[in-house]
This record gives sequence, structure tokens and C-alpha cells, in this order.
Amino acid sequence: MKHLTPVNRKAARVEAVTKDFVALQQPPQQPEPPHIPNGCSLVFSPGWEADRNGGTAGLCQPVERDLFDCHMGCFWPAQVPDQLNHAPDWTAKCAAAQKDWRKIDLIFPDEKKK
Amino acid sequence: MSSPSTPLGTRVGLREFHSFEAAGRRYLYLVPSAAVFALDDCSSAVLDSLANGPRPVDDLTNELSGRFDSVEVGDTIVELQRVRALADTTVSTLPVPKIIPLKAVPLQTLVVNVTNQCNLACTYCYEYGEDKIVDTENGKQPKFMTEDTAREAVEFALRESRENPHAHITFFGGETLMNFNVLKSTIGYARRRAAEVGKEIDFSLTTNATLLRPDVIEFLAEERVGVTISIDGPEEMQDKFRVFNNGTGSYAIAAPKIKALLARHRSRPIGARVTLTRQTLDVRKIYRHLTDELGFWEVGFAPVTTAPGRDYAISDGGFDHLLSQFRDLAGDFLKAALENRHHGFSNVRETLQELHHGHAKAYPCGAGIGLMGVSTDGNVALCHRFAGSDEHKLGTVQDGVSWEKQQEFLQSHHIASKTDCQSCWARPICAGGCYHEAHTRYGSTNRPNLHYCEWIRGWTHTCLEIYGEIAERNPDFLRQFDDEEVPEKVS
Repeated sequence: MKHLTPVNRKAARVEAVTKDFVALQQPPQQPEPPHIPNGCSLVFSPGWEADRNGGTAGLCQPVERDLFDCHMGCFWPAQVPDQLNHAPDWTAKCAAAQKDWRKIDLIFPDEKKK
Repeated sequence: MSSPSTPLGTRVGLREFHSFEAAGRRYLYLVPSAAVFALDDCSSAVLDSLANGPRPVDDLTNELSGRFDSVEVGDTIVELQRVRALADTTVSTLPVPKIIPLKAVPLQTLVVNVTNQCNLACTYCYEYGEDKIVDTENGKQPKFMTEDTAREAVEFALRESRENPHAHITFFGGETLMNFNVLKSTIGYARRRAAEVGKEIDFSLTTNATLLRPDVIEFLAEERVGVTISIDGPEEMQDKFRVFNNGTGSYAIAAPKIKALLARHRSRPIGARVTLTRQTLDVRKIYRHLTDELGFWEVGFAPVTTAPGRDYAISDGGFDHLLSQFRDLAGDFLKAALENRHHGFSNVRETLQELHHGHAKAYPCGAGIGLMGVSTDGNVALCHRFAGSDEHKLGTVQDGVSWEKQQEFLQSHHIASKTDCQSCWARPICAGGCYHEAHTRYGSTNRPNLHYCEWIRGWTHTCLEIYGEIAERNPDFLRQFDDEEVPEKVS
């Protein structure tokens, strides 16, 4: 400093810790947004509990996308048969959801395995 | 690379500081950091231009353009912002955080009241007089501490000093030397125990000097016990209040013993501690007598602790008178310091030391943190002045102190809780003042001592001027304070 001279020991410390005054002048960094398991939003698949910025507006639509993503991509514990473990062929006859949605049937517990 | 500058439209305003002049220069004592900076003409001019309120930077630069280059003014504004003498007024400043220690602080000084009895009957005494806290005459405490309790106090001091390699015990009373035998054996025991646990230990005591027999003096000198003598000045002043039970003054008995002590005990500097009252306010005369005639190395003065309205209480006018006398004597200290001579006015020395370090206190003293007092029955309180008071008890030497109680104390006595102090520039060094004084005056330890605010500000201002003067004209003198720990005063 040119215009102020530190005299006591505290002043010397103040001078030392404020050396990088430009950095000290910067507004504080924006805090990191909350971490949210964004899941399928990475491949643009609406229907999740929160969007990538943590927003909740306009979720869970259209229902078809929600249904398919829960079945196939993300294994979310939803009320949908999951493809990986239990119902690999559930949507086999449903090539296009808009047209073939009636071909998706209900699944009942396997009587023989009981 | 060009230096950073503050945007021209920014409105800057003054923050908290106290400015003073010394050796032809202007200085700032910043609040709450307690940093001291010297100003040059440009920084001084910038502060003056903001005296009437915040202004935009370009306005300021224009006004000063005839005297200083605009780049200079810009740099100065940045520097003043750096040390927080100035701030952008559109950005709200964060309050100073109230930081409470997360765990108990190591004990530095344990004050052990080896007796609550006294062979004198000083009328103003906080322990016996009208403002006493504990009934030492008919109370539940033993009049003398037993050897067992004293040993437990030593163990407590060693234990509570925790990671600190030093422990310090101050013996206090009543009249400390009325229990000389216990004091003597305790010092022997403490030295042994400290060596066993690998710590250094040292001792001091306060006495009225009337019981300084040759064997006592010999012991104190041999054991390097620091000694503070309570004495009020020459005979006519000493004998006003410091009297025996029958009313006779104590000077005639004390003075020859003090001379004998000073002649024999050379291992540590011996100080006098003077209680100032309305009737005994001649500071220079007292100082001269105690140093020149009796030979004390240092003399410290403290106004009597009292409820308002007592005959000996110092009035507002009295404090003004006191301040002018302190200033006079401080002038002598300054002269001596500039010539590298010793001067024994310890009030200046202690304040200079605190100013040199730039301590910004959250608490006025170490009571209940690094310092505690023990009563004759082994109860531990905030300090020796509260020893024996149930209301201010933190624990016992046998069972230790309660961290919860300590925390509660730290919470309620922090400077941030003292609303009255928030607008005072002297708060980094005062922090509201003595708990015992506040208790006596206002009935509560957490009240600031508003009756001596003017006195504190006046005295701090004087010491700042002396500090600036020495820093400019004989800076080497201040080196003695560099590494020195600021010791707790016990009086």
C-alpha cells in the first residue's frame, strides 16, 4: 500500500490478508445448485420428479413417456413392470406407443412360481 | 498491470474508526479490527471529504482533482476499502460474527484465595466493605484454605492448563500472607507436581505488605514469586482507607517492610497497585512517592470499585480530573520511552502492549476463560473477586468446571451481546469493562460499565497518541512488545 502505512501488528496482518483485494471484491460465487439425480433428463425425457435445475413445473407428462422410461431406461421403482428383471417382453408388441398402446397388457404374478 | 479501481459511480462512505494525531501525522484506529494505520495527505483528504456522508467516487475525485491526481485518489480509495475504513454503501456489511470457543480454553492463571481474612480493614474493600458479594465473616466458607484444598487447586491448575506447557498460580486473599504456611507448602508441592507432568509453573501473589517478615521475604525471593503490593501512596493517602481494625493507618508498618522486600527480592520486578478514590486523586504525587521514595519498579492505578453514591466513589468530575492527571504522567512515560529509559507507569505500558498487538476483544478479560478464581473451600468462580459466590460458581477444584456453564457465560457476555457498546470505537480494547465492577454498579456481570465510558475513550485516545508518537520517533522501543503475551492483571 502506498497511502496507508501499517503501524501495529494487526495492521500488518490486515495488509497481508487483503493483498488480493481484487478477488476479495468479487461478489460471492453462486452456490452450487442442489444435486438432483437427473436420470433421463439427460436424453430429454420429461416425466421426472425434478428437472435439471431442480424445478418441478410441468412434470409427469406425457404419461406415455413416463411409462416407457420407467419400464426401460431408469429402473425407477415406479408402478410399472421393469424390463430388466421381470417383464423383458412387456412392450414387445408395442412398436409405437401412440398407435399400439392397447397391446400393453396387465401382468399378474406367475402362478407356477408361487 | 493497472491497479484495481472502484467504479466511478459507486457511493462510498466512512466505516468505523477513530482518528488521532501524533508526531505530526494522522492515524486511524480501525474498529473492530484494532489495526492502526498512518495516513498520508491524500488518504486524509479522502476521509475529510466524506465527513458529511457517502458520495460517489467520481464526485470525490473531481473535488480533489486540484490537489491530487485522479489515479492517486482512486488508489487511495481502494486502499481505504481494503482496510475497511471505507465501504461501498450500497452493499450491506456483514455483522461481525459472534464466535464462541467450541471447547474449553486452556487455563492460564488460577487465582487461589488462600484466606478470606485480612488484618487490615480498608473501608473501600470489595471483599469486606459495603459492596461485598460473599459474607466472609459469617459465611459457610472456611476462613483459611487447607493444605489439601490448596493441593487440589494445584492439580486443577495443571489439569485445566491442558496442552499449554505453562501454568500460573496467583495467591490472593483476604491478606494472602495470613496463610503463609499453606502458601509455602503449596509452592513446593506445585513445583514437584509440575515437574512430574512436564510443565513449567510460576507463582505470584498480592499482599498489603504488613506481614512481610524477613523469612517471608527470603522465601519469596528464593522462589522467584512475583509480588504486587497494594498501597495507596504516601502516608496521608495510605492511611485514609488502608487502616487496621482499630482505625490506625498501615503506612508506618508497611513502608519499612516494602523497602526490605525491594532490597532483597531482585529476581522479579515488584509492582505497586494503587486504588484511587475521590479523596486520593493525586496521581503524580502517589507515583513519585512509590517509585522515588519507596523504590517500586512499576505502579498501576485503578479507580475504586464501588456502588454509586459511596463517600469514596469517584464522581464524573473526578474522572475528568483523573484523566488529566493520567495524561500528565503518561507524558512522562512518553519522554522516557523516546530516550529508551524505563518508566514505571504500568497502565500506559499495558495499554500500549494491547494496542501494539491490536487485540480486538470479545471479552473484557480472561475471567471464566483463561483465568479463574478459587475460594477457600475449593469452589471455582469467574475470578478471585467472585470466589465463593454461588451465583458465579463454575465448578470445584475437585470435580472440575462445567463446560455448559462456561459456554452459557461466554454466550451471554460476548461483546456482540452488549448493545450499548456497538457504537463505541473503544470496544476492541474495552469490551464493556470489568464484570465485578458491573456487578457492583448495576447488579449484573453482563452489563457494560457505562459510568466510565468517557474515561475509557479519553484514556485510550491518549495511549493511541503515545503509541503513534513512539512508532514514529522510536519504533525500536515497541519491539519489546512483539512476542510478549499480554498478561492478565489480577487486582
